[in-house]
Amino acid sequence: MKMRASRLATTGLCALLVALNLGTAWAGEVQVAVAANFTAPIQAIAKDFEQDTGHKLVSSFGATGQFYTQIKNGAPFEVFLAADDTTPAKLEAEGDTVKGSRFTYAIGTLALWSAKEGYVDAKGQVLKDNQYQHLAIANPKAAPYGLAATQVLDKLKLTEATKAKLVEGQNITQTFQFASTGNAELGFVALSQIYKDGKVTSGSAWIVPAELHDPIKQDAVILDKGKDNPAAKALVDYLKGPKATAIIKSYGYEL
Amino acid sequence: MPLSDPDLSAIWLTFKLASLTTLILLLVGTPIAWWLARTRSRLRGPIGAVVALPLVLPPTVIGFYLLLTLGPHGFIGQATQALGLGTVVFSFSGLVIGSVIYSMPFVVQPLQNAFAAIGNRPLEVAATLRASPWDSFFSVVLPQARPGFITASILGFAHTVGEFGVVLMIGGNIPDKTRVVSVQIYDHVEAMEYMQAHWLAGAMLVFSFLVLLALYSNRQGKPGWS
Repeated sequence: MKMRASRLATTGLCALLVALNLGTAWAGEVQVAVAANFTAPIQAIAKDFEQDTGHKLVSSFGATGQFYTQIKNGAPFEVFLAADDTTPAKLEAEGDTVKGSRFTYAIGTLALWSAKEGYVDAKGQVLKDNQYQHLAIANPKAAPYGLAATQVLDKLKLTEATKAKLVEGQNITQTFQFASTGNAELGFVALSQIYKDGKVTSGSAWIVPAELHDPIKQDAVILDKGKDNPAAKALVDYLKGPKATAIIKSYGYEL
Repeated sequence: MPLSDPDLSAIWLTFKLASLTTLILLLVGTPIAWWLARTRSRLRGPIGAVVALPLVLPPTVIGFYLLLTLGPHGFIGQATQALGLGTVVFSFSGLVIGSVIYSMPFVVQPLQNAFAAIGNRPLEVAATLRASPWDSFFSVVLPQARPGFITASILGFAHTVGEFGVVLMIGGNIPDKTRVVSVQIYDHVEAMEYMQAHWLAGAMLVFSFLVLLALYSNRQGKPGWS
């Protein structure tokens, strides 16, 4: 009796393993490293992508610089959706990508945001009035939205005036956290974090005019690890398609 | 000079933070450890568990909830604002508060063990010699628990030097105020300045080794080590 039970269990286990294996053989899986600011859109896109193509999307979210280090050291990512255009270009130059796969999947929009309703006016005058205690920005050395924020302050000649009030998040997610918890009254965040279907979802914001900073081009690339994976190619094609671009735009990105 | 000025000021800030935190922890931790070692109260278990909690909770989780409670909408933040102190997030004092909570078990537990190891006997003897409780604490307990205090100080200091997650969450990376060595190394790596990261990390490694060397060379066969 005991013998039979264990044999039954073994058979069951084998069947399960075979089924799992078949599952991955039918529909591919693609490992994607996604810039933190693109978290919400990729989750929306993943749903459609999985439905339309049958491939499964496994995303990791993080800072672009951190992903670079991990990719250089053998991380299993197959597609990289970066927050800038320089990191994918660097990887390409260093031979870690599939040649010719690099393209701009979104152009980020910077917003000055406060969790308080009515705190930020439509022209960003609140910055010049200088009544706040803390202004959160992302680390300009590592995060493109942080770099853009410092360019805006420079253009508005506010660099000196804001110097003592700046607090830095390590990435745009943390910057948003500082502002959303009210610890910083103001923060330069990604519009995608506070925007859905044509309007700001909470608090108050000034959508920073694009001419005040260099464009925040976000590039995607197929990495060396994904070169033989049809699901990786499928994802990149899908991102260029009308369904995905509509979603991307609905989060306040330009294209 | 392989270490830049911002690196050096991060080192100095870390040193200040760790020293101040250790000092506060010795002052706050001694009575707590004493009470935990000697009480028969039913609260001993729960209080001991609360003191040990920072060992288990991930530092970024502690940091996130400090950000919420110390912030303008949190209850501690509301209290400090009502007292006219503003909020302590993004300041050196905020980091000290965070570090005290984060490193608490590393100071309390060696002290608690040291106090427990002394037992009742020496205190009873002191009492029969008419020593007041304070007198016996200073002339009997403190000298006997000395190894425990040394261990507690070294561990508290070293653990604060290595702190990252809490500082990351409540610091805001402000030079000379909240940008400590661990955050500075992370910054270098994020910015792909690997060489600078290596130098700073190397300095930290040497420092940590020396601290642990001091700890283990000093500690042979003495009580008070958990």
